[in-house]
Amino acid sequence: MSGFKYEKDSDGIVTVTMDMTGPVNAMNDEYHQAMSSTIENLEAETDLSGVVITSAKKTFFAGGDLNDLATAPQGCEEAFFHGVEAAKSVMRRFEKLPVPVVAAINGAAIGGGFEICLACNYRIAWNDKSVTVGMPEVNLGLMPGAGGVVRLTNMLGIERALPFLIEGKILKVVNALEAGFIDETVESLDNLVPCAKAWVLEHKSDELSAIQPWDQKGRKIPGGNAYSLELVPIIFTAPGLLRKKTRGLLPAPERILETAVEALRLDFDTALLVESRNFVSLITTPQAKNMMSSLFFQLNQVNGGASRPKDIAPSTIKRVGIIGAGMMGQGIAYVSAISGIEVILKDVTKEAAEKGKAYSEKLLDKRISRGRSDETKKIEILQRIKPTEDNEDLRGCDLIIEAVFENVDLKNDITNSCEGLLAEGGIWGSNTSTLPITGLAKASKRPENFIGLHFFSPVDRMALVEIICGEKTSDETLAKAFDYTRQIRKTPIVVNDSLGFFTSRTFSTQLGEASQMVSEGIHPVRIESLSKALGMPVGPLLVHDQVSLKLGVDVAETQRESGLLDKTAIDPTPEGTKLVTDLVKIHDRGGRQYGGGYYDYDENGKHIWPKLVELYYKPELNISDREIKDRLLFRSVIESLKCLEEGVLRSVADGNIGSLMGIGAPKWTGGYIQFVNTYGLERFVDRCHELEENYGSRFIVPNIVKAKIASGDLFN
Amino acid sequence: MTNRAYIYDAIRTPRSKGKPGGSLNEVKPFELAAGLLRELQSRHDLDTSYVDDIVMGCVGPIGEQGGNVTQMAVQMADWDESVAAVQLNRYCASGLEAVNIAAQKVASGWEQLVVAGGVESMSRVPMGSDGGAAFMDPEVALHSLSVSQGIGADMIATLEGWSREDVDVFALVSQQRAANARDQGYFNGSVIPVKDRNGITILAEDNFIRPGTTLEALGGLNPSFEKASRMGMAEMILSKYNSVEKINHVHTPGNSSGIVDGASAVLIGSEKAGQDIGLKPRGRVVATAVTSTDPIIMLTGPGPAAKKCLATAGLTTSDIDLWEINEAFASVAMRYMKDLGVSHDVTNVNGGAIAMGHPLGATGAMLVSTILDELERRGLKRAMLSLCVGGGMGISTIIERV
Repeated sequence: MSGFKYEKDSDGIVTVTMDMTGPVNAMNDEYHQAMSSTIENLEAETDLSGVVITSAKKTFFAGGDLNDLATAPQGCEEAFFHGVEAAKSVMRRFEKLPVPVVAAINGAAIGGGFEICLACNYRIAWNDKSVTVGMPEVNLGLMPGAGGVVRLTNMLGIERALPFLIEGKILKVVNALEAGFIDETVESLDNLVPCAKAWVLEHKSDELSAIQPWDQKGRKIPGGNAYSLELVPIIFTAPGLLRKKTRGLLPAPERILETAVEALRLDFDTALLVESRNFVSLITTPQAKNMMSSLFFQLNQVNGGASRPKDIAPSTIKRVGIIGAGMMGQGIAYVSAISGIEVILKDVTKEAAEKGKAYSEKLLDKRISRGRSDETKKIEILQRIKPTEDNEDLRGCDLIIEAVFENVDLKNDITNSCEGLLAEGGIWGSNTSTLPITGLAKASKRPENFIGLHFFSPVDRMALVEIICGEKTSDETLAKAFDYTRQIRKTPIVVNDSLGFFTSRTFSTQLGEASQMVSEGIHPVRIESLSKALGMPVGPLLVHDQVSLKLGVDVAETQRESGLLDKTAIDPTPEGTKLVTDLVKIHDRGGRQYGGGYYDYDENGKHIWPKLVELYYKPELNISDREIKDRLLFRSVIESLKCLEEGVLRSVADGNIGSLMGIGAPKWTGGYIQFVNTYGLERFVDRCHELEENYGSRFIVPNIVKAKIASGDLFN
Repeated sequence: MTNRAYIYDAIRTPRSKGKPGGSLNEVKPFELAAGLLRELQSRHDLDTSYVDDIVMGCVGPIGEQGGNVTQMAVQMADWDESVAAVQLNRYCASGLEAVNIAAQKVASGWEQLVVAGGVESMSRVPMGSDGGAAFMDPEVALHSLSVSQGIGADMIATLEGWSREDVDVFALVSQQRAANARDQGYFNGSVIPVKDRNGITILAEDNFIRPGTTLEALGGLNPSFEKASRMGMAEMILSKYNSVEKINHVHTPGNSSGIVDGASAVLIGSEKAGQDIGLKPRGRVVATAVTSTDPIIMLTGPGPAAKKCLATAGLTTSDIDLWEINEAFASVAMRYMKDLGVSHDVTNVNGGAIAMGHPLGATGAMLVSTILDELERRGLKRAMLSLCVGGGMGISTIIERV
């Protein structure tokens, strides 16, 4: 039998071992055939006492075939629906076998893989860190379509099932046991199938153990059905709570919620049918296409090293020196230390360095309080961090990261005084969010070893590192920097040098556009609301306040004076710039750290500075919500496309992943470049024309879009 | 219109707290309505076989109020078996909708005598018992952004800049006016005591009113809708009203309509009906209107409905002597007065639902009795009645004395 091994033992137990062509078991044509013929054989058995399903691969089952789903065109819905229904009817027959069926989960059972497990009477998993279970479809704009929503809801009740379905969390074995996803764990892999068989034999005479709870007569869903009074508050509040998270931008979690509630209203088979319809309705949504494209395919590509020079041997960093124990430095120290790297944390005084180390201790204590670490690990990790005020301690580091504030002279001084301390073949990283690396590397005697490492704040939570190659940065240096970021379990994107690189440059356009809109008389609250309605984590005015309005004004001034910023360059949003300058210089509104900027901050929280509305708001101004949203979004999209066109971005994937993980591009867009693919390239050009006509040349569509249209390609 | 719809009588039960412990909690819903039908029959010696139809509103038409509660009432009142009955639901407008439909039936010339009214035992069939899709189906809730009405009321106050004190002052006036009207006996002609099967009075007059309340007492109450707001409903409504930074949660149990039990009945017929059975009309329905506005804020329909009703009648605001707007929430009534440019001096002159309560399906027809009594007492001619309605709708009716 292709794909599935079928073995019957002397006890009458059949073990089905999934071993499909390729590295993993997946829900494709081969699976459908293998599963169908397996079920036919099982149904034909005369002295069957039970079934165990397991996998010959390292993973149990990988889930649906995303290539099929990602390329499914509009109009494919009906064909997909019939396909899904056919696959589900086979699973239904599987769970209706008159004998106990056990899933012996030897590796990750994700998505469709876990849905197979749910169609078993009992689930045993090997307690190993390689084994995880869950249904993360929602994070790719999809939902479980092979019975996952209906079975989990029936099994756990909606209150317990819903959070997992809506968040798509992947669980370790211990957590899965706690959550009720699985029934039993075994400590050794060798014991897994024998344990599963033992369960079958133990329950051979227990009729109910061969019948799924939802097929048992008179059985009620835990917690109640849709008409239970206890569930009224849950069902009543669920839409609001969901909307609070998704802002109506993501159809997948909405469909999941709807399906789960229908599972509480309908008989099991009808609920499965509704689930299929809802699943199919998501496949061709732009959100699903965008999220599959970037959050699956491109993320794998980026993490897999697509932007890393190929022919250079992998490296590991053993000892990293970090200069500057401020907010960034201490965060980099922490993420390095927890990844097993020895850290020299250097600051001007020992106290400052100690304080930087204390930050790691604080984070570790938090982890311990959440049950994610323990005292032994904490001590071990903290021992790896050496705080110092002495440059000499940096001697012999494979990597030194300079993480002082954005001041060229200071950075240059440090390069001069410390780069000689690097170990043979060691590299120098500068953590900067804007300053061009080529310029900074001029202070270095070995500019080929010099590279930009742009970390995001807070470093322990932000998964992105933007690696910036200066003109002279060598491939070896890039490879080492790339390997280091993977070593600290971050996602590296690689970009070429430019003022603000890719992320800061792209992000700042929104801040500029927002200030421009305030200056035009659009209500500041409306700008913030509509930015959030687009899916931005926080409004641009608040971000600008947090970054500091004053810093922006000062930096621009310095850059103009030092020639970094072309004095003749045209400011795309001059009234916005003037507004920010006035806020800082006339009204003393430097931003949050200066006591207030666009916002006032007090014990009741934050609210827009009333005088801002007084000074600028023009109620008579007539502009639509769509116009405001598009101005914010298109600025960043256009800037990303320019980065691609100018070669600042080396790949589309880096642009999408960088914008999603670094600067809060809304998930539904799939990143600021992917957005254009599903928006439609021609439609994008037309819309840019409209915006250009209304608001000026900053909305001129980059030529690269027209080139793509001409060649009939998308941005891939 | 060739056939005029005359109001021959309008009566109502008193209102009491619509929760266990309320005076009318022991009375079955059909009985609240049946008692009024018996009263109509006996006070006019009505030949009930002359009645074509009974139309009553009920917003929770399930359980004891399910099936067709109007039909139960007709049977239990022992009216002639030829009398038909229907229950309708236009949410909070149901009672006035029943009046309007009855008037339209008569005006069409196809029916001669119709009873309109409504019934709601909120103590026995609590709000939301029907599990309607607006809130209990996530697909609808997410598509239409269903938020609690109170959040809409708070949003109206926020948009208009009305403070907690502003709405509390309105509520205080409602209490003072209602207490005064009851104590002066203004309601005596229309409020029919509810009695048990022995004839013993269960409740003779409204007992939900808090005559002694003060601004301080009102100011001490906690906002009712903050919690729902935090559960995502704020985000829902703010996504539409996106220049608002924060909702000012001003509504409390003290300045929102009370949850009560009660019923109402209005006898509406043609001129011929009056002649045939010897009744003298007290007034007539001049015009009716329904409309709908933003369903998310939900409560801004009454102003536009009243304007539509005026246009239908060919009248202007200055032709209206008294105004009744159901006090679902203080801000609803305040917004209505603002939309129409009318003063509180001529609006809800005997208080409203904040003081006396809002038995959902019954309230609209209750307003007819309240205002007709007051027009007579003051010797005035014309009144406008309006209610805000779930889903953003608004309803209005103009009546005048004849």
